Amino acid sequence: MSGIPHDHYEPKTGAEKWLHKRLPIVGLLYDTIMIPTPKNLNWMWIWGIILTFCLVLQIVTGIVLVMHYTPHVDLAFSSVEHIMRDVNGGYMLRYMHANGASLFFVAVYAHIFRGLYYGSYKAPREITWIIGMLIYLAMMGTAFMGYVLPWGQMSFWGATVITGLFGAIPLIGEPIQTWLLGGPAVDNATLNRFFSLHYLLPFVIAALVAVHIWAFHTTGNNNPTGVEVRRGSKAEAEKDTVPFWPYFVIKDVFALAVILAVFFAIVGFMPNYLGHPDNYIEANPLVTPTHIVPEWYFLPFYAILRAFTSEVWVVQIASFVTGGIIDAKFFGVLAMFGAIVAMALAPWLDTSAVRSGRYRPMFKWWFWLLVVDFFALMWLGAMPAEEPYASFSLIASAYWFGYFFVILPLLGVIEKPLPQPASIEEDFNNHYGKSSSEGSATSTPAE
Amino acid sequence: MLKKLALSAVLALSLPVSAAFAAGAEGHTHDVDFSFEGPFGTYDQMQLQRGLKVFTEVCSACHGLKFVPLRSLSDAGGPQLPEDQVRAYAEQNFEIFDAELDDFRPAKPADNFPENNGAGAPDLSLMAKARAGFHGPYGSGINQLVKGIGGTEYIYSILTGYTGEEKEEAGVTLYENTAFPGGWISMAPPLYGEDVDFDDGHSNELHHEAEDVSAFLMWTAEPKMMARKQAGFVGVLFLTLLSVLLYLTNKRIWKSVKYKD
Repeated sequence: MSGIPHDHYEPKTGAEKWLHKRLPIVGLLYDTIMIPTPKNLNWMWIWGIILTFCLVLQIVTGIVLVMHYTPHVDLAFSSVEHIMRDVNGGYMLRYMHANGASLFFVAVYAHIFRGLYYGSYKAPREITWIIGMLIYLAMMGTAFMGYVLPWGQMSFWGATVITGLFGAIPLIGEPIQTWLLGGPAVDNATLNRFFSLHYLLPFVIAALVAVHIWAFHTTGNNNPTGVEVRRGSKAEAEKDTVPFWPYFVIKDVFALAVILAVFFAIVGFMPNYLGHPDNYIEANPLVTPTHIVPEWYFLPFYAILRAFTSEVWVVQIASFVTGGIIDAKFFGVLAMFGAIVAMALAPWLDTSAVRSGRYRPMFKWWFWLLVVDFFALMWLGAMPAEEPYASFSLIASAYWFGYFFVILPLLGVIEKPLPQPASIEEDFNNHYGKSSSEGSATSTPAE
Repeated sequence: MLKKLALSAVLALSLPVSAAFAAGAEGHTHDVDFSFEGPFGTYDQMQLQRGLKVFTEVCSACHGLKFVPLRSLSDAGGPQLPEDQVRAYAEQNFEIFDAELDDFRPAKPADNFPENNGAGAPDLSLMAKARAGFHGPYGSGINQLVKGIGGTEYIYSILTGYTGEEKEEAGVTLYENTAFPGGWISMAPPLYGEDVDFDDGHSNELHHEAEDVSAFLMWTAEPKMMARKQAGFVGVLFLTLLSVLLYLTNKRIWKSVKYKD
């Protein structure tokens, strides 16, 4: 492993040596937990631990919920009420699981935007980034199918709308939709397969998380300066890093405790705030809710899906050029998935040689506009599909694509970056008020 | 650093967007101060008992509470009727179809409130959570942070929102109601005031009856609310304490790295 030079595990006792020869598992754990970590990581580097915790929380609460839940159209809704009323602590399990999904997405969005700002996606961390995007997609699939399980009105109609997206694919769309649903419409077969997949996918995510961690443990963490850890020798690397344990474990666990205090306040005092009241009405295929709204974490992409109507000229051109194969509905679907693909392509769209947004004066503005754009889309996704929201959605969607496909490639050419510190140590010492001369002295080792 | 903190703050504040939803011709929801609002709010046992009486004597004619077990009327944190009273209440008021007997028999505490959808009336078990009274500003749902989601207020506002106007549409009589989205509801005014005599001598004016039955329906929808708030409070308390300890630990650990000289 061409990682940062550091001490490795040395088995000492006879038993340790015996095990190490046969299965170096202690060594693997030691290297993982003692990995040299840039010492200047700020509070935006806590989200990885929060996300890992969320995955464990969801799996543990989920496994217990499954013991009491019945995946059948006639029984699902009442089995959830059984959990809420009769199962010991069932109301806490369910509210933690439902709000746990929200915490999971808060953390993943913070984590993604952290990566976008500090250029964590850039070489050599493209694989980490791509796997992260796959995890994000798997999370969305899991959350969507989980929301169907209580079999409320939003469960049913959300499933109808979202699986309908596959029906928009030309020619093969409708057979695919029928195959996914297990029938012509959302019904018992759909509920059963969603239940099965909702149980399976978290373990796929767990495996992807392991690979995600493996990948960035190979390249080393990025850090707020974007300057790489010096790897000439162990002594040099130690000036830029501290071991993950105990320094970052304690820091991250502290952050986790603070976030969980807020989480418990939400679960305890307003557990339905992030949900939709309509999901406390049992699913009824004969009654369509006035507004079908997805969960908050899907709203930005839902807004992009709806933004491209048949009145938009881009859609009209696409329809004309393809002879009507790409209609407005299919265009919307392509745009929604394209918005995520655009993020995944960031490592190759960003042409700047400078990694961290901290030293990119123009990039900063565009980045924060993207953050605003994200929240604007989130709000617009919850609004009815009418003016003025439709036009706003179109503008906001256009910026999303513009950021990745126009601004990121251009900035690398026209932007004049600020000087970067010579080393992580220099940045760290500047921050903690040590004389910068010491920092720069150590940053240019006499070789 | 500040910017990153700002980002997390913005992310945290953005959550309410989810609860947002679009307003059609929206009704007006009157904000009522219920005893169970806020992190420390609790159900008023006497109010729940009064609400139960309003439900039994008025609402239950058309509406059911099919998810609510009768035995839970004696649970802590609810109306908390003594068990013998619950048994008597069940026997006197409801008949259940028993598949084994192939006949109806008086209800027992082990049964749920019966299902009932006379004249298409919806089940009320979860009604207080199935409606939102407050949506603003601009559909963001942020005001729910202060006022609550407003399901109970919505029920209260429907019960007190009749203007007395009626109209016929496709053979159905509709009643004008200021709280109902669209303004016209198919439910005839169920309460007029002085419909029920309360055992505790509480006023039975319309708005009092409406308040009591709304509170009762919050309990049917969320019977474990008090236990949940307690669990939340204990969780917040312990995690706050743990955070302080971890903060100090973190500071101590990093001291030697940050201030070496």
